[in-house]
Amino acid sequence: MHPILKLVSQRLALGLLLLLAASALIFVGTQILPGDVAASILGQSATPEALANLRAELGLNEPALSRYFSWLGSAVTGDLGTALTNGQDIATSMGKRLGNTLFLAFWAAVVSVPLAIFLGLLAVRYKDRWPDKLISAVTLTSISIPEFLIGYVLMYFIGVKLGWAPSVAMINDSMSLGEKLAAIALPVTVLTLVVLAHMMRMTRAAILNVMQSAYIETAELKGLSSFQVISRHAFPNAIAPIVNVVMLNLAYLVVGVVVVEVVFVYPGMGQYLVDHVAKRDVPVVQACGLVFAAVYILLNMVADIVSILANPRLRHPK
Amino acid sequence: MSDPLLKVCGLKIDATVYPPDAKPHQIKIVHGVDFELQKGKVLGLIGESGAGKSTIGLSALGYGRGGVELTGGEVWVNGRDILQGGIADLRKLRGAEVTYVAQSAAASFNPAKKIMDQVVEASVSQGKFSRSDAEAKARLLFAKLGLPDPDNIGSRYPHQVSGGQLQRCMTALALCPEPDLVVFDEPTTALDVTTQIDVLAAIKEAIRDTGVAALYISHDLAVVAQVSDDIMVLKMGEMVEYGPVDQIINTPQEEYTKALVSVRSINNEEKTPTAPILSAKNITARYKGTKFDVLHDVSIDISPGQTLAVVGESGSGKSTLARVITGLLPPKDGSTDFAGRTLSPDQPSRTKEDLRELQMIYQMADVAMNPRQTVGTIIGRPLEFYFGLKGAEKHKRINELLDEIEMGDGFIDRYPAELSGGQKQRVCIARALAAKPKLIICDEVTSALDPLVADGILKLLLNLQKREDVAYLFITHDLATVRAIADSIAVMYQGKVVRYGAKSEVLSPPFDDYTDLLLSSVPEMNLGWLENVIATRKMESAGN
Repeated sequence: MHPILKLVSQRLALGLLLLLAASALIFVGTQILPGDVAASILGQSATPEALANLRAELGLNEPALSRYFSWLGSAVTGDLGTALTNGQDIATSMGKRLGNTLFLAFWAAVVSVPLAIFLGLLAVRYKDRWPDKLISAVTLTSISIPEFLIGYVLMYFIGVKLGWAPSVAMINDSMSLGEKLAAIALPVTVLTLVVLAHMMRMTRAAILNVMQSAYIETAELKGLSSFQVISRHAFPNAIAPIVNVVMLNLAYLVVGVVVVEVVFVYPGMGQYLVDHVAKRDVPVVQACGLVFAAVYILLNMVADIVSILANPRLRHPK
Repeated sequence: MSDPLLKVCGLKIDATVYPPDAKPHQIKIVHGVDFELQKGKVLGLIGESGAGKSTIGLSALGYGRGGVELTGGEVWVNGRDILQGGIADLRKLRGAEVTYVAQSAAASFNPAKKIMDQVVEASVSQGKFSRSDAEAKARLLFAKLGLPDPDNIGSRYPHQVSGGQLQRCMTALALCPEPDLVVFDEPTTALDVTTQIDVLAAIKEAIRDTGVAALYISHDLAVVAQVSDDIMVLKMGEMVEYGPVDQIINTPQEEYTKALVSVRSINNEEKTPTAPILSAKNITARYKGTKFDVLHDVSIDISPGQTLAVVGESGSGKSTLARVITGLLPPKDGSTDFAGRTLSPDQPSRTKEDLRELQMIYQMADVAMNPRQTVGTIIGRPLEFYFGLKGAEKHKRINELLDEIEMGDGFIDRYPAELSGGQKQRVCIARALAAKPKLIICDEVTSALDPLVADGILKLLLNLQKREDVAYLFITHDLATVRAIADSIAVMYQGKVVRYGAKSEVLSPPFDDYTDLLLSSVPEMNLGWLENVIATRKMESAGN
């Protein structure tokens, strides 16, 4: 077996195992929360009989282990159960929300990843000179300000004062792509500002690390220009650490947009999760947790696999 | 005489240093050097580390490594003073008119790109040749340099070829753009002697056939003598002697050059073996997770107060043998007897007495010491650990040990970073000696040192052996060192001992094939040695 296939399949198996462990944690976590679903549905005035009936109906009297496996079993087949609060199928109502969240995350990534890598390369090219310092200062400042604050500031100045972009990011199916993009311009900007610094700093550090290597001197002594040296010789050897931090940030874009979605009233997963946490709707919270965990694990697995593929020693064994 | 290709006048080079306890400041590393090089000639630059040879070599490309700056003088290449132009002019020069072969090809090739892409890159991006012409040229060079499968080797990645082959690829890289001058910076230093001789011959032939001029930098005078027309001897950034190779080798004028030529003047009377202090029996070993044995049935004896030299190329299993004896790698088979008892195969279950009597000194003294401990702490540690010495008693013993390694008590509060390479190795010797061992394993202890410094260390080790009656297991790839200090020798090849016995027996004919190859590959300080060896080998292989 080719060593790469072996490594990649190992990573895939590990990813699945990790997802299983995450599902168990999510389940246990929601179980040890104080209070009880039946009580929260029926409210304070519920009679003990009504509570007992509802518990039996919801299957809450079964042992935890069997409830976990039946939940996991149906989750694997795509059935995430029904929401306690409104009786809707979770998979259906979440599907659309997840689509919206991925749409927002995708466009934020399309803007931020190339921009971060380009700024990183630029910072290396002008290391310790003003462009480097300016890039670092701006990105570090933007990462240090909480995203909801950036969100409200942009909303006020760009949305309200200047009127360049809508300050509420409502989208629906009847809108064209252009209209949707215009609607999400501000949240995309906020997300980009939040994730830019990490990726740009890592690109800079990874490439600077590679720049110490003897083969960079060889490239310089071939008479190549600084940018050729960086892009042809340093960047290919810095892919692995860069991809890792890019994937971590992409995962953050999907999982961590909760705050930004709420600020901009965007109909994504974040809004959905926050609504149902407030209503103590445990099946929905579990389902959201599972989806977030899957996205996180998947993206990190992709990062691992890309790092493996980027290593010529593994790609072309002796 | 025509105008010289390369003319260097009054070259001055500074470097910024960052000492541990002072502000960064500039020091002069080359103080005004002059030389000329005609088309098609080879100038050898020789000196110890810190002599400024590489720095001078790189100045021909207008390049300063790290904080190095060319601060004065002129460097004329093809009638232009390259220090006057800007970086754009230098880029046109580099990789086109002047190219560079680095010491470690393994580190100097980009691991992420195919060899061919890197070999033709300079020619193509400098606009000298089209991609296909450059590739055709590269294939011719691969063939000329004796690389296997010259048509396809370029499509491999650097890690897929051996160190010696990669060094030839680096030479092809430098010759591909048809430069006027190539700077060879210790191109064979990192190679085994048996590989070095082939690469050296390939480089020499390529220089002759292409008619390119070269600066050949090395610390090994015997190597430089084989390829150069003229030699310049450098010391501490200053020229010591400059002349035709014949004059430098045969009638050196300066004391320093004489010392370089006659290095390794140690003469050690061979002792007759007695009842062994250590005897390793039928050792077979492999590393965890691998499927082949690194050592096959190795047996050696060491007599008390004597030196057994284990000699072989990299990968022959010398250091693995040391790991087995010290218990760091428990063997698959075989046992080790030491001072009349059988040692436990793994280090953690050995007694304190076993550990004390068996000490080790390493190749890289730098990394074998904690940089944040003073010399006194480093040497004092075994005194505390094995003998429970404290306070004034410990201090006194540390001073005695410092005297033994000829350093004196002024060094007790110094940190490793403040010591020279030779001094660091001496501290490591004192640390091993502090345990009053019966046997010290010396793993390539002089390999990282300059010849004259290494000589001092070897003399010290021999004196200590006489005084303390300690035995050495001396691991080395350098046969000159073996000649100087061994009482008996074990020649290792591919995990086996191929020749074993008293020094006088091992080093006298008839030889087995491998020992013959090894001995004849050691560069000798006479002109034409390389040609003679190559011719002899060709005749032998034709005769077979």
